[in-house]
Amino acid sequence: MQIARSHVLICGGTGCLSNNSMKLKEHLENKLKELDLEKEVQIIMTGCFGLCAEGPIIVVYPEGAMYSQVSIKELDTIAEEHLLKGRIVEKLLLANRTQAYDEEGHQVENTDFFKMQKRVALRNCGRINPENIDEYIAYDGYQALGKVLTEMTPQQVIDEITASGLRGRGGAGFPTGTKWKFAAASEGDVKYVACNADEGDPGAFMDRSVLEGDPHSVLEAMAIAGYATGAHQGFIYVRAEYPTAVKRLNIAIDQAREYGLLGKDIFGTGFDFDIELRLGAGAFVCGEETALMRSIEGHRGEPRPRPPFPAVKGIFDKPSMLNNVETYANICPIILNGAEWFASMGTEKSKGTKVFAVGGKINNTGLVEIEMGTPLREVIYNIGGGVPEGKKFKAAQTGGPSGGCIPASLIDTPMTYDDLNEIGSMMGSGGLIVMDEDNCMVDIAKFYLGFIVDESCGKCPPCRIGTKRMLELLEKITDGRGEEGDVERLEKLAKNIKASALCGLGQTAPNPVLSTIRHFRDEYDAHVRDKKCPAAVCKNLVRIVIDKDKCRSCGLCAKNCPVSCIRGERKVPYEIDYTKCIKCGACIERCPFNAISRES
Amino acid sequence: MKSLAELAALRQKSLDKLNMRNEDSERQRIVVGMATCGIAAGARPVMNTFVEEVNKRNLTDVAVSMTGCMGMCVLEPMVDVYDTKGNKTTYVHMNPEKAKRVIAEHIVNGQPVTEFMITAEEANNA
Repeated sequence: MQIARSHVLICGGTGCLSNNSMKLKEHLENKLKELDLEKEVQIIMTGCFGLCAEGPIIVVYPEGAMYSQVSIKELDTIAEEHLLKGRIVEKLLLANRTQAYDEEGHQVENTDFFKMQKRVALRNCGRINPENIDEYIAYDGYQALGKVLTEMTPQQVIDEITASGLRGRGGAGFPTGTKWKFAAASEGDVKYVACNADEGDPGAFMDRSVLEGDPHSVLEAMAIAGYATGAHQGFIYVRAEYPTAVKRLNIAIDQAREYGLLGKDIFGTGFDFDIELRLGAGAFVCGEETALMRSIEGHRGEPRPRPPFPAVKGIFDKPSMLNNVETYANICPIILNGAEWFASMGTEKSKGTKVFAVGGKINNTGLVEIEMGTPLREVIYNIGGGVPEGKKFKAAQTGGPSGGCIPASLIDTPMTYDDLNEIGSMMGSGGLIVMDEDNCMVDIAKFYLGFIVDESCGKCPPCRIGTKRMLELLEKITDGRGEEGDVERLEKLAKNIKASALCGLGQTAPNPVLSTIRHFRDEYDAHVRDKKCPAAVCKNLVRIVIDKDKCRSCGLCAKNCPVSCIRGERKVPYEIDYTKCIKCGACIERCPFNAISRES
Repeated sequence: MKSLAELAALRQKSLDKLNMRNEDSERQRIVVGMATCGIAAGARPVMNTFVEEVNKRNLTDVAVSMTGCMGMCVLEPMVDVYDTKGNKTTYVHMNPEKAKRVIAEHIVNGQPVTEFMITAEEANNA
């Protein structure tokens, strides 16, 4: 077969797909025909590069030139200049598009964003075509499975994983080797392994990117897990809201079956293993392991008390083992490079790397993989490019609705399981939401609790009723009806819920509230005592004011006010009728002189 | 897939196709001037010959790429060959036949084809 002279990689992660990258691909195909380059240039749809803020991303090899925010018109320029004439279109390069990535040269690897990362779980994302098993195989795909099946005993596999120090990447950080050991030790003729791809934390999309960019790495690792624990059937529980991931998983499973890498007698060793997908219908609680297993069986996804643990009694009451997507994505490199290699990365108790989905008030929204123990500061300022508009960093939220906040004063905290737990946050699955001075921490706590109240399955009262009561208290505080003692009541309720809820969802639900109280008690007090919201977010506690010196009486605010509460005449500053104002902020947006603002 | 050997064979085959994306591998680069002047002088068949030869000989450590006008349009089609250390050899007035010899003598056997190389005189007059 003809080897192409140039490879054009177009990002096909959900971030870039929603930025029209599929259209770009079709357009480029036509353009190449027009330029008679179709045989010389190969177009490959890949997984997420991690630079979602700059999408759609296109990389042209062999130069490794990375273009960002490419429009159809600009794509024509790239085709005509770069692909036809070999001139890199400098002005469209990522490095020249945004200051955040200013680095010499155009090579992908030279940008700050990539230089400081260590990509293990994301090793193939943005490098291979996820819909082509051959490309995965080219980069050592299925080598680990071959090695395990032909050279290692199940016990050796478990020992290797244990020695690597890998801990569950879904959030809690349970040692993976220990989990595998329990499942292997469990008696039973039928066992199952499962993959938790029910990624539900607001703002988290690491698992989605791995599944979209490198689905085979998960399939291969599950087969290894099956061999180690004695299972012959795997389930991937993936949310139906991830259509691209589901599609690519299905393609990957079909290809693996066709090659005999799934199915009967893999590598002629007599080992059988197959994988089925199960689609989740979007309930957050189904990310909890017992609820997930109930859902796989076809029942309503509700947790049940443990013990018995899933390793003893899981899916269809058989011994089962569940790991997170990212955990699986780490398995093959450990097998191929050895436990020592993996353990050499990270800190004493948190080995390896972790993927974070960085979002919120940050310049480089996207996906980053860093060595465990990297300080938060580095993630935010060096890789993330800092907070936009020169605003001040206030806090980062990790761990989603189960996690907590890291305040600016603790920005040098190393990102490890234990350090984050110590300051009242948690590693979680890897969502990292950055907040600046415009975010009200009480409001943030209210948001997460509101999410929990919506998503609580309702089986146990502490979670069903307790979180609702907590939300009511928070609403009371943000509405300006807070009383002395409300914060203490919140804390007491939180402790009770943590101690008595049935599953992980309820037990961790109060964390966002507790951690914001711990680090931002002054903001709570300002709401309760002074009836003020320091960040000017909580509607009932702010007023919209017109700066008389700045107002030029243009009347735009009055024209755009939906309740007609602004009045004025020429040469006289306009005024707001506070009895009618609904604080929608439309006037602030419209004022050409920045004369209108929120005041707490 | 019934054996590891089968997997290894498939891996090698696929890897060859992807070698281009392996930026850290040490490779020689053949850079063909493909600006308007180069194309007009016949750079495209030269480029195609390089690609074909590289494929035919299964050379995985060579990248063929293009570049713009080097400014010496009179000497086009021009081709630069970079070795793994970045040293450059410039060939001028190329054609498909010459390209085949560059592959055979320079790329494969490490002997630059002196007779096709740019001379000091040409460089000064261009």
